[in-house]
Amino acid sequence: MSITLDMINRTKDFFIEIGDLSYFAVRFFKQAITPPFEFKELLKQSYQVGNRSLILVATTGFIIGLVLTLQTRPTLIEFGAVSWMPNMVGISIVREIGPVITALICSGKIASGFGAELGSMRVTEQIDAMEVSGTNPFKYLVVTRILAATLMLPLLVIFGDLIALFGSSLVEFMKGNVSFRLYFNSVFNALSYGDLIPATIKSFFFGFVIGLTGCYKGYNTGRGTAGVGIAANTAVVMASMLLFVVDFIAVFVSDIFYEL
Amino acid sequence: MDVKEKIGPVLGDNTTKEVVVRIQDLYKSFGDNHVLNGFNMVLHKGENLVVMGKSGSGKSVMIKCLVGLIAPDSGTVEVLGKNIAELNQTDLDELRSDIGFLFQGSALYDSMTVRENLEFPMRRHRKKFEGITDTLPLVKEALENVGLGHTMDLMPEELSGGMKRRIALARAIILKPKLILYDEPTSGLDPITAKEIIGLMRNIQKKYGTSALIITHDVDCARVISERMILLVDGINYAEGTYEDLVTSADPKINAFFKK
Repeated sequence: MSITLDMINRTKDFFIEIGDLSYFAVRFFKQAITPPFEFKELLKQSYQVGNRSLILVATTGFIIGLVLTLQTRPTLIEFGAVSWMPNMVGISIVREIGPVITALICSGKIASGFGAELGSMRVTEQIDAMEVSGTNPFKYLVVTRILAATLMLPLLVIFGDLIALFGSSLVEFMKGNVSFRLYFNSVFNALSYGDLIPATIKSFFFGFVIGLTGCYKGYNTGRGTAGVGIAANTAVVMASMLLFVVDFIAVFVSDIFYEL
Repeated sequence: MDVKEKIGPVLGDNTTKEVVVRIQDLYKSFGDNHVLNGFNMVLHKGENLVVMGKSGSGKSVMIKCLVGLIAPDSGTVEVLGKNIAELNQTDLDELRSDIGFLFQGSALYDSMTVRENLEFPMRRHRKKFEGITDTLPLVKEALENVGLGHTMDLMPEELSGGMKRRIALARAIILKPKLILYDEPTSGLDPITAKEIIGLMRNIQKKYGTSALIITHDVDCARVISERMILLVDGINYAEGTYEDLVTSADPKINAFFKK
């Protein structure tokens, strides 16, 4: 009986959370299009978001490129298809692995950062102080951060993809004696706009989801300093989960376009 | 006989002085927790009014209702002749430029220098500083008022608790407000620093002729700074009078505040 009740309560809480998050998103869109605009803060946040994640994205991308090539190589050799390596790695990195891995890394870095930063500002009354001084804290803190994440993630994804391809080409150069020029020529010949455009659009949505969940959790932090930790942690969990939902929808939609 | 009648003028409303703040029948609950149950208060021009109450008695909720940070369930809050509930966001922000707020934990913006902290309230209230292009002299004046002219380029993390409170005080007075709200101005400070803060509060009142509402549970602070006091018990203004009136009261609930 109590297990059923617990499940009902959890389901109820889940839908309340989704409702609150949706309301938060609507509030973001409303505030984002009404002046005054905080351009200076947007630039600052964009720099922070990009700069904070650059090394992580580069390291992860490089390793993914290396590992993917090393693990696929024996199988392709077995089928006599090793010359397809740049095509296969290029398409899989640009269409799926690059955006998803970069977004997951960024959700750990950016969403938790936003959650902790805004959460700490909430519990130390800095957000209240901002409101009392006549500045709209939602516009100044939330809108700028969500926009920064939305704009910066596609750039980080492109950067991560290039580093991953470089990692892959390094393996091909060392193991298969394939020159970098030949490798990248094959990759770009294999890629079409149908690969690049959906992946880039998807990255904007990933950035939006990361910014939204991080800010939502941080801005609504409660229960003192313990709440800050909870906000940072739940922001990452929620962002990561939502990334896969968005990815599924994006793949589903782009698949429909391909069929057309 | 009613306690209020015993110890002095009810609501301090029997003078002909100009009223700066008037609160009538203020109610506020958080779920089943009824924090304010019909609180009434009047603050006159140039007056130092102390509201004392135990932790969790609703002092901070009341002061946040005054600046529109929390919306009351019912009752009217008038500040400088304006009913807070009837103001739109622009008018509320304009009214806030006449109110300085010293937060309990100072609430300095962590990511900004002392100078940027002080300049922040000015960015939305340019109208008040028409003709002034350089904000530096204003920042310097505010910092010199609190004896910290040399800290302009420091970050909040480089300051002690007492220094942070002084900077927060400088930020509260930078817009030359008519009313200053102090939320536990001496909490968390050692007795010597607390005395210094009280001294600064008195100097500022003398220099700018501001009215002050001070929320505290520090009896020494109340004794030194108050011209009139209100005891907030069970969500109502339980007793009101001068410090001497209250300290000599035979009422056990009032006595409990002043017992060492």
